[in-house]
Amino acid sequence: MISASNATDAAVIAAFAKIPALLDQAPALFVRGRFLDCECLLGPINHAFHASIRQGRIVDLTPSPVLMRSWRFSYRASVAAWAEYWRPAPRPGFHDLLALTKRGEAVLEGDLHPFMTHLQYFKDVLALPRRDFATAVS
Amino acid sequence: MNGVIEPIIGRYVHVDIDGEMYRIYFEESGTGIPLVCLHTAGSDGRQWRHLLADEAFAKNFRIIAFDMPWHGKSNPPASWDGTEYQLTTVRYTQTIRAFCKALQLDRPVVMGCSIGGRIVLNLAIDHADEFRALIGLEGADFQAPWYDTSWLNRPDVHGGEVCAALVSGLMAPQSPATSRAETLWAYKQGGPGVFKGDLYFYRVDGDLRGRVEKIDTKVCPLFLLTGEYDFSCTPEDTRRTAAAIGGASVTIMEQLGHFPMSENPEQFRRYISPVLDKILAAEAERTGLR
Repeated sequence: MISASNATDAAVIAAFAKIPALLDQAPALFVRGRFLDCECLLGPINHAFHASIRQGRIVDLTPSPVLMRSWRFSYRASVAAWAEYWRPAPRPGFHDLLALTKRGEAVLEGDLHPFMTHLQYFKDVLALPRRDFATAVS
Repeated sequence: MNGVIEPIIGRYVHVDIDGEMYRIYFEESGTGIPLVCLHTAGSDGRQWRHLLADEAFAKNFRIIAFDMPWHGKSNPPASWDGTEYQLTTVRYTQTIRAFCKALQLDRPVVMGCSIGGRIVLNLAIDHADEFRALIGLEGADFQAPWYDTSWLNRPDVHGGEVCAALVSGLMAPQSPATSRAETLWAYKQGGPGVFKGDLYFYRVDGDLRGRVEKIDTKVCPLFLLTGEYDFSCTPEDTRRTAAAIGGASVTIMEQLGHFPMSENPEQFRRYISPVLDKILAAEAERTGLR
């Protein structure tokens, strides 16, 4: 896996924390998830968040670990991979969630059913920081 | 009449494939060297509409794109009883050759993308003398799987949505949003299990490793072009394949992914135009026009 600086690490974690608010401002996106209620683990590999999704909105995002908290699936990537994924035009191989898993920069685990039934939704939700991330790290 | 009518004409041809009749839909435009275009797995010939509408190419090429059986406007055969569709190397090769024969095409150029890029390698291996040139887009002798195809056809997952969502990431981020959406629309419209059935050829039956060395590009020139953003058939997959073939031309296309002709037709044109020029020049030399 590629490595990232401590500053990038902090920027990625901060960007993740803002995803629920960004999603609330994207009605076309959360409407696509209107049938989705799910507990999942998303984020940087060593700093993932427990996400509670109800009717397509993230109603709770809490840093892991949380004692005995369950999740159905997890999608976690290296900090550097998230930073690349959120560039305005990501480099080849860093431009898609499954490109990241194929190259070993991300891991997808657990019961994949909610992830696969809402695959484009998750791709788009997890791309929400792209608009502002470059500014945040510069 | 106020509407703009495109030069593309669509018709049906009845084709005998291994003893069974298939009603195949195809679109064409232009006159000259036959150029048969093969769509990607789970999609249809609409992917080629920009190439078909290209006036400059149509001056020298009879550009033809057909829908494979089970795809687009080419229905399954009348005898189909609902059993799982599975494309094989043999069946895919038979279909292309039968279609070309039915239209009485004289040594056509065949250009295929993805599974089409793979099958042109098989055409080059076994039937090179039937073709004027072969063009493989996003083609390689084999590529590593990156998802489990059983997700593509099961009653508790929307097939159209999951097929489109899986391939959405194969396009370049620079490709125009409208062209990306149009490319995905075909995936959302595919019949149940058809994309998965095509991938049987791609993943299981069509492994050409160890066979591409037999390709003789002196008999039939081979052009391989792969988009830098294609992580299914990566540029490395194509380069490795070409390295085993003497004389194959390789181009890595910038700011393009797995669907160059439909995700960004303008960008693709920059890469395919010189290839078609080379084929024209070779033809001119062959016929003594130079």
